[in-house]
Amino acid sequence: MPADLILNVAVGGVLTGLVYGLMALGLSVIFGVVRVVNFAHGEMMTLGMYAAVVLFGSFGLDPLLMLVPVAAALFVIGYILQSTLINPFVNRPEHSQFMLLVAVAMIMVNGLLMAFGPNARNTLVSYALDSYQVGPVIIDAVRLYAALAALAVAVALFAFFKLTPTGKAIRACADNYLGAQVVGLNVKRLYAFTFGVGAACVGAAGCIMVLLIDVTPQIGPAYTLLAFVIVIVGGLGSMPGALLGGILIGLSEALAGLFFVPSAKGMFAFAILVLVLLLRPQGLLGKKA
Amino acid sequence: MSRMLRRLGEGVSNRALVALGLVFAALLLAPLVSNGYVLSVLIIALYYAYAGQAWNVMMGFCGQLSLGHSLYVGVAAYAAAIFFVKWNVPPVIGMFAAIAVAMAFGAVIGFLAFRFSVSGVYFALLTIAFAEFTRIGFDHFTWAGGSGGFFLKVEDRAADLITLRGPPIMFYYVMLALTALAFLFCRMLTQSRVGYYWFAIREDQEAAQALGINVFRYKMLAVIVSSGMTSLAGVFFAFYYNNLFPEQIFSMARSIELILGPIIGGLGTLFGPILGAFVLTVLADLVTEVLVFTGYDIPGVKQVFYGLCLAVVVIWLPLGIWPPLKRRLGLEGRS
Amino acid sequence: MSSKSRDQKSAGAGLVDRRSALAGIAAGTAAAVAPFNIVKAQAKVLKIGVILPRSGVQAFFGQSCAKGAEIAEEVLRQVGYDQKFEILNADFESNVDVARSRAERLINDGAHVLVGPFDSGAAMAIAQVTEQKRVPFVCNIAAVPQLTEQGYKFVFRIFPTSVDLVRNGLLGFKDVFAATGKTPQTAVFMHINDTFGQANKAAIDKLFPAANMPFKILDTIAYDPAARDLSVEVAKAKATNADLLMVVSRLNDAILLVREMVKQRWEPMGIMSPGSPGMYEAQFFQTLGKYSDYAVSVVPWYNPTTKLSALVGSAFNKKFPKDSLVGNIFNVGFTFESIMVAVDAFKRAGTTDPVALADAIRQTDLANRLMIGGPIKFDAKGQNMNVGSAVLQNFNQRPSVVFPKEAAEAAPVFPVPGWSQRA
Repeated sequence: MPADLILNVAVGGVLTGLVYGLMALGLSVIFGVVRVVNFAHGEMMTLGMYAAVVLFGSFGLDPLLMLVPVAAALFVIGYILQSTLINPFVNRPEHSQFMLLVAVAMIMVNGLLMAFGPNARNTLVSYALDSYQVGPVIIDAVRLYAALAALAVAVALFAFFKLTPTGKAIRACADNYLGAQVVGLNVKRLYAFTFGVGAACVGAAGCIMVLLIDVTPQIGPAYTLLAFVIVIVGGLGSMPGALLGGILIGLSEALAGLFFVPSAKGMFAFAILVLVLLLRPQGLLGKKA
Repeated sequence: MSRMLRRLGEGVSNRALVALGLVFAALLLAPLVSNGYVLSVLIIALYYAYAGQAWNVMMGFCGQLSLGHSLYVGVAAYAAAIFFVKWNVPPVIGMFAAIAVAMAFGAVIGFLAFRFSVSGVYFALLTIAFAEFTRIGFDHFTWAGGSGGFFLKVEDRAADLITLRGPPIMFYYVMLALTALAFLFCRMLTQSRVGYYWFAIREDQEAAQALGINVFRYKMLAVIVSSGMTSLAGVFFAFYYNNLFPEQIFSMARSIELILGPIIGGLGTLFGPILGAFVLTVLADLVTEVLVFTGYDIPGVKQVFYGLCLAVVVIWLPLGIWPPLKRRLGLEGRS
Repeated sequence: MSSKSRDQKSAGAGLVDRRSALAGIAAGTAAAVAPFNIVKAQAKVLKIGVILPRSGVQAFFGQSCAKGAEIAEEVLRQVGYDQKFEILNADFESNVDVARSRAERLINDGAHVLVGPFDSGAAMAIAQVTEQKRVPFVCNIAAVPQLTEQGYKFVFRIFPTSVDLVRNGLLGFKDVFAATGKTPQTAVFMHINDTFGQANKAAIDKLFPAANMPFKILDTIAYDPAARDLSVEVAKAKATNADLLMVVSRLNDAILLVREMVKQRWEPMGIMSPGSPGMYEAQFFQTLGKYSDYAVSVVPWYNPTTKLSALVGSAFNKKFPKDSLVGNIFNVGFTFESIMVAVDAFKRAGTTDPVALADAIRQTDLANRLMIGGPIKFDAKGQNMNVGSAVLQNFNQRPSVVFPKEAAEAAPVFPVPGWSQRA
């Protein structure tokens, strides 16, 4: 197999993986702090993608520029969702949280179907089909911008959690729920805020993702699953872990497609998941429980 | 034998026994007043009631959340169908192969998960991962049709229980018998020592361990019993539908459909899975009916309504519909 | 045969469906005497159950097919069918189990004939119900060969099987090569790994060795229907350096495929499909713009030059002014023709009795067609014997017929211009 082919595929895999990572980051934040299984994660990304499609279609606004307002809108949705619907479920058993979010996901998917119909939508930006040639490697322009944007959002998120008081308070909540309550943090509000941040993150990922793939109402569940796999591979609650997991899954899918049967490449993400769960259940960068 | 029977009825009020008898009699007679369509809906409801009961053993009794039960349905369906189509082995024998295959899958997943103490959400995800892995595997298993599908020959002939070929009414009674047997079997389990061990593990695994229960062994047993029971739903599926497509049978949506019944009906209860399956199936049809009648049948609106109903039940009836209903009907046991 | 099946029907019907049992008994005696029985038992209105995936993953195709049913009444009226018919709609939500119970439902609601369902798996499930209920089922679109190999008596398919599709497809390729005088030496074959894709791949494996094609297939690349992107697959295909890309696709994947080819700057002599959807669909043109041009699909297609096509076209444009006819014609055409087959049988049978309708459908000989191909006639298995394909090539962001000659709208171009040379 020619080396430049492998290199091309690997570069594409890593770039796509970064976007996957950003999507999973949102899940990791929610999961790590609120301890709620957001089974509507992929559906929330679909919401962000449709927002980007509408803004592009009606006003010609570039999805990458719309990243901030869409993320803000998703923040509000996430905040409201957590403070009204999900908060009473925080101490309920996992399966009832799961059922609640399955219901939310069902409403989202089919609400989108009612609103937008079943056709695939996309944003045809002017640079949609550009690519750069660097030596033997052809880099897809959209994929490159998408990966850079994902990286930028991730850095902003890291900064938020490390530097701002709210971010620190949220981390305190995650580390020690009881302690956070004792020192007088408003845990309910912080949970809602965290869910909002996670939703904003996946909304931003949606804006970026819409450049890479077409959106239909039905794509949500597959991405929910993908986000889960990435978060668990990377390590629950570890933000660098989510990015690393994304890159790993993106890269392994790409290389598996190259070296094995392409239609079976989806198996590899699950195979990696099973291996990680068995050999290092806390995830690659996760702390031991 | 009589001791076992007495034990089955222990702590059950006469009222409850009569009510159960009436429900069973109603189900026995239902086909006489049903047309083809209603019969097909009832068959689906019984199918979900049975499969939900099987899933309930693992989650409701032992507290292990599996979101990949379509895996057991799928491998068992394929096993029985392959035996029948490729080697002419009728399902009455082939079902043992199906049970064995499903139990083997269950045992492998259980062993890996429990040995490495994977639990909770992680365990649930592991079960999804195995189901998805198998789905893609079967897509490439060209000997059994791959993603092109595996087909059983449909013959128009009188009911034959050996080969499971016959009219829908035969499938109805087969499914009814399975559901009734599963109900009795689960009742027996909950009255047995194994059942008590499972409840202990469900409530507090560490305490159960401290009491000297071999947690690993009893969790394994729950997975194996549950997968074995689920496999019969798969055999039924293969011979009732006659077409198997990996994309359909192994899909995650299938696993979720399967567990909605017990969760809505009442997790860990015996009658909950049955009630939940019937409520959901009837609700789905009622909604379609109303939508068509009022002219609001836009694609998606039904599923939105379905989602809303689900949310309502989960929010306001956290134990499911059966426990409060049981109290209301005065069917609580004497204890 | 018909009297025998009627007997069976009324014997078993007590448990199943009282209404159609009455109809069955009445129809049996009707032939003998009592004229008022005919009036009573045989409704004057033919009820056609149209079962399609209007929601779920195939919703796009289901809704496209539904348009064919919606214009049927107006068009059929214009070509001289004054029989009354009513359409009962059902949505099987892209779920095979639901297809089965919806079919039961339609028959219960009095449907005399079913039309649908666009999907192979659903077609197999519906066929079991219609066979058991002895109600004719006219399959609009589904290529899975097994559908007409089960010995069913009530299943009729106007759509070609995978084998017919691919056979016509490969012949179409040769037409293009002969007309342009350019022949590729090698090809890479990419196909979607779903029911439809595997059936077509099996047909290619079977037909290719004997088809005496001028090129050899260097590699076969199957991809997952749920694939998020096809960059790796395309990179792999590009690395074979094949002259021709042969594809069996659906819609989204066809778009992903071409997009990746542009990005990776892979310019084979052409992209050709031996009988799959995707590259002639409205969405394909909207999304890809100029890059959608020159792709070749050899598929069952409408003959734009017939009178019926003109009628369908004007009815369609009137009813769906926002949609493009060519973007829907494949789905619309086969669904419309299925309904035409049913109504035509009703006209000849003069009764809505399903068994008599099935007999009438078996005798179908419809030369006035929308789609390319000889008159619709069914063989003993219920398979339409005269299925034709047109060679389509995209020009100016719409598909044009380049073969057969009598329906041609343009001349084929091969090899096609590179991506960067398109205006």
